[in-house]
Amino acid sequence: MFQKKYYYWLFVLPSLVLISVIILIPFLIGIFYSFTNSNGITASWVGLKNYFLLFSDANFLQSCWLTFLFSLLSVAGINVIALSFALLVTRRDNRFTKFLRTIFFIPNLIGGILLGFIWQFIFIQIFGALGSQLHLSFFNGWLSTPESGLWGLVILFWWQMSGYIMLIYVAFLNAIPRSTIESAKLDGANEGQIFWWIKLPQLAPAFTISLFLTLANSFKLYEQNLALTNGGPFRSTEMIAMNIYNTAFVNYQQGYAQAAGILLFIFVALVSFAQLYFSRKGERQNES
Amino acid sequence: MKAKVVRNITWIISVLLALIWLYPFVIVLINSLKTKSDLFSNPLALSRPTFGNYTEAFLSLNYVQSFFNSTLITVTSVLLITLLASMTAYALARTHGKISSIIYYLCAATMLIPFQSIMIPLISLFGRIDFLNRISLILMNTGLALSLSIILYYGAFLGVPASIDEAAMIDGANTVKAFFSVILPSVSPMTGTVVILNAMKIWNDYLLPSLVINKDGMYTIPLRMYFFFGENNSNWQLALAGLVLAIIPIIILFILLQKQIMQSATEGAIK
Repeated sequence: MFQKKYYYWLFVLPSLVLISVIILIPFLIGIFYSFTNSNGITASWVGLKNYFLLFSDANFLQSCWLTFLFSLLSVAGINVIALSFALLVTRRDNRFTKFLRTIFFIPNLIGGILLGFIWQFIFIQIFGALGSQLHLSFFNGWLSTPESGLWGLVILFWWQMSGYIMLIYVAFLNAIPRSTIESAKLDGANEGQIFWWIKLPQLAPAFTISLFLTLANSFKLYEQNLALTNGGPFRSTEMIAMNIYNTAFVNYQQGYAQAAGILLFIFVALVSFAQLYFSRKGERQNES
Repeated sequence: MKAKVVRNITWIISVLLALIWLYPFVIVLINSLKTKSDLFSNPLALSRPTFGNYTEAFLSLNYVQSFFNSTLITVTSVLLITLLASMTAYALARTHGKISSIIYYLCAATMLIPFQSIMIPLISLFGRIDFLNRISLILMNTGLALSLSIILYYGAFLGVPASIDEAAMIDGANTVKAFFSVILPSVSPMTGTVVILNAMKIWNDYLLPSLVINKDGMYTIPLRMYFFFGENNSNWQLALAGLVLAIIPIIILFILLQKQIMQSATEGAIK
């Protein structure tokens, strides 16, 4: 098909040009930017100064810590909820369980801005009404303290992502041959034993995929953050993606924000390589 | 006997969970149908529905225009992505040279770059040549989506036997014609996945359009919704009616394409 070089480049070149112009060239310029004090109009070379400053910038460090906490809570919660849902909807294969899958998946269809607004209403108005009717202080003042703001974001993200991660677990659970489970039952294994000794080992690759998918989405979370708390109160729920945005487009410290962007890239790349390493290792173990 | 009890308990748990999961939508819908005073006196209660909020939200969201803008941008971007990604993936899957493997790994590598790491130079680059508009938004959507789409298509084309290529060529078609008339249709399930994954992402996107589009008349639904919500932060009944209007198109699409959408989501993650 591609004996003629002409056709090869006709098929490849348009994509190559777009990827270069939209991703590669900006990325290279970005590395350069991170060594300058650019404010969007003027820029001069400052060397590694931005990077040093970042490590003593209380706002930035706070954002990193918050992103870390958020990722931890999200990964743990989402995987537990998703696996429970997956076990629940694969117990039988009928209309009801298919319907349940659909229900659990729906929040994932909706964009971050809309999700943030839905939950802003729930945390402020619905929780407020519950608090005053039930006389429970637990429901009062959500989103108005740093802790409740963070938990608000975590709950939103659990709701959004669990149904999606559930589908991944379901795919792997369905790949386990029925005969394996049937013969274990004949040998007298109970539900718990079947889960622990048969289902769980088969779910290892699903767990790796889900873990890193949740992590990657947590690091880049921006729109939910914007619509739910807008970083408030007092920048206390500003996660890393929003910190970069505000530094660059609100304070116009573009060189400085870009240095944070490069650090985020390094971090995401390290996590992705870890994933590749662990999933390869898992595959080798399965083969042997 | 015991099995039946267990079955009933799981059934009750399932129904409860489903209700909890749907509750946020239900409570938003209920309150979007209230008057301002009904909503503020008790957002938990039911009341006589009024549709006035919807007419007002529909007008001040400029719904028809926003919907048109969202559709225009999503459809054009997805068309371009599907066209370019399938062609490139096919060329890469059918050649074994050094250039092809370099391009393939380049695609895999660019997927590691988070948008936040390129957004500042990207926007200032396009701003400097005064090229921030719907066309550049479409080009950016495409550039950002190509790598994943190429890799997804690449896997699909490896599964198409080379004999199909030869058969198509013997019929006298040239490479371009053979590709579009025979080879691309043979991977249409993957085209479905690529279209759905990208369409959902682009339709829902807020960050990139907010950076690129600065003319009121060009706002997409999420952009318009953001400003609308800010303007009505004490008029919850209006804000919620707008929210429901913004969610409706996605839900309709989901009802129509439920199976494909859920399948695409799984495939996009696992491959």
